Amino acid sequence: MKTRSLALLSVLGLVVIVGGLLLPQWMSYLFTIAMGKGLVVLGLVLLMRAGLVSFGQGLYYCVGAYVAGMLTQFADVTDILVIMLASVAVSVAIAAIIGLLLCRYREIFFAMFSMAFSMILYGLLVRNQFLGSTDGFNVANPSLLGWTPGAEASSDLVLVVAVILVITLGTVAWRYLKSLSGYAGEAVRENEIRLEYLGGSVFRVVYVKYIIAAALAAIGGTITALVSGHVDPEMAYWTTSGEFVFIALMGGTAHVAAPLVAAVLFEALRTYAFAVAPYTWQMILGFALLAIIIFMPSGLWSLVERFQNKKAGKTS
Amino acid sequence: MKQLLAILVDGSVYASWLFIISAGLTLIYGVMRILNMSHGSFYALGAYSGAAMVGWYFSTGSVPWFSFVALIAAALVAGISVGLLVERGLLRFMYGRDEVVMILVTYGVLLIMEDAIKLIWGVEPYFAYQPYTLLGRTKFAGLSFANYDFMLIGVSILIGIALWYGLNRTRNGKLLRVVIHDREIASALGINVARIFTITFLIGAGIGSLAGALTAPGLSVVPGMGIEVIVLAFAVVVIGGLGSITGALVGALIVGMARATAVHLYPDVELFVIYAVMGLVLAFRPQGLFAVANARKI
Repeated sequence: MKTRSLALLSVLGLVVIVGGLLLPQWMSYLFTIAMGKGLVVLGLVLLMRAGLVSFGQGLYYCVGAYVAGMLTQFADVTDILVIMLASVAVSVAIAAIIGLLLCRYREIFFAMFSMAFSMILYGLLVRNQFLGSTDGFNVANPSLLGWTPGAEASSDLVLVVAVILVITLGTVAWRYLKSLSGYAGEAVRENEIRLEYLGGSVFRVVYVKYIIAAALAAIGGTITALVSGHVDPEMAYWTTSGEFVFIALMGGTAHVAAPLVAAVLFEALRTYAFAVAPYTWQMILGFALLAIIIFMPSGLWSLVERFQNKKAGKTS
Repeated sequence: MKQLLAILVDGSVYASWLFIISAGLTLIYGVMRILNMSHGSFYALGAYSGAAMVGWYFSTGSVPWFSFVALIAAALVAGISVGLLVERGLLRFMYGRDEVVMILVTYGVLLIMEDAIKLIWGVEPYFAYQPYTLLGRTKFAGLSFANYDFMLIGVSILIGIALWYGLNRTRNGKLLRVVIHDREIASALGINVARIFTITFLIGAGIGSLAGALTAPGLSVVPGMGIEVIVLAFAVVVIGGLGSITGALVGALIVGMARATAVHLYPDVELFVIYAVMGLVLAFRPQGLFAVANARKI
């Protein structure tokens, strides 16, 4: 990556952070949630580029959130960096085991089976009295390297950390997609047997992607838990995972920025739809989903690409 | 001993309920290769229209026994007409797309139907207990069972036999099996695949709503009931093998018995046990117990 684009990214990050902090409380809250969800969807998009749609990212989203919640409540660990690392470690460990089983499957079997695993977690959590069963429990405010911000400043802290993480991880994911392993993902989608003939290991490509997606989902879940101050089993329910798939489709899989932009748009759309039509917002989402599938199968990012192509066509 | 009997009866009732729901789901997948996420919404639709109809029927003070006819007729009419709308209005333009895309399309339909149901019937729960109490209860070996539940077992056996007979012993069933086996060859042989698709979807949607209607008297009809049901039905058909009616039957029995055992012995793991069984079966038989092996296309 060129230094110029790196500098541009840092400036963009700074602008987003300052802008986010200046926004009214409820908007910066939604924005942080959107950043968290955007990271989950980024992981999903990595899988989708290999042709795999997971209807169970809620599993790792929920694991990340619960690890964060349990650390703050029961272990008095509030350092946001420690919490992040712990969430990712737990999620990666779970994904490493489940992945062994799951990565043998493709298409709808992968989708349904991943959903079943998240439903297992949901089933365990709703019956667990200690963890508040269906109500979940509250999450304490985070701190950073010994500095404990007040109740109001702590959401600003999460926002800053979330934006930095999104930009760093987005850049890493962008690099990853340009790497051999990243391109191998597309080969898996196009033709697995040919990839094997070329000497690649299909299982390893899928397995690595699955674990990366789990880690990203855990970070997203942690961000959500810390900013909202509450976790509940609904995070592992399959409708949550369905929401992630929705965002992924909305953005498209062409670029790492697509899921992040789509997540912000989705949160805005949902908040608006929920305020205007509380009983029909699901219906609005349903029609939007159908419209995207029919009219814009490669997501909103295809608009950006069309614009870029037009520009390239004019200059040449 | 008493507990064992209770588990067996509860398990059979639960299994027959699961079978009725999953039969429609697996039939649609087998023929159309669509894993119909909105199946749960058809179930909810049947429950709501059935319950509303029964409520209205009893308010007119007619002969109580005909309420069963009202219940089933209302659900079938609602299920089949909405099914027709969904298939003709949306799904037929999507045939030939990727199976995963079809999941997302039917997911969209699910979102729309969930809210449509709320718009029509509101968010208050509905009760249609009259048919349930009408049949009374049977005391057996010191336990009390609702006769309605036994009727549910009977109905599911009838549906199973009807599907088996229809698929294996009739001309249309044979045509259907040709389509299941190879869609392209079937249309090359002059079978009207589009019409078979429509009919299959209607049968599947009809069975789904029927399942809802039959469940409605036993519990309260509330928003979101279809969303809970769909994942259970998925577990059942995946255990049995997608697209296989026999598979749905065996899957329903396995899940039904497993859940009844859990409910009676370890109530905390009720939901967990269903997916644990599913994971176990899939670890050894990745395509499910009765799935037809698919040749891999290169």
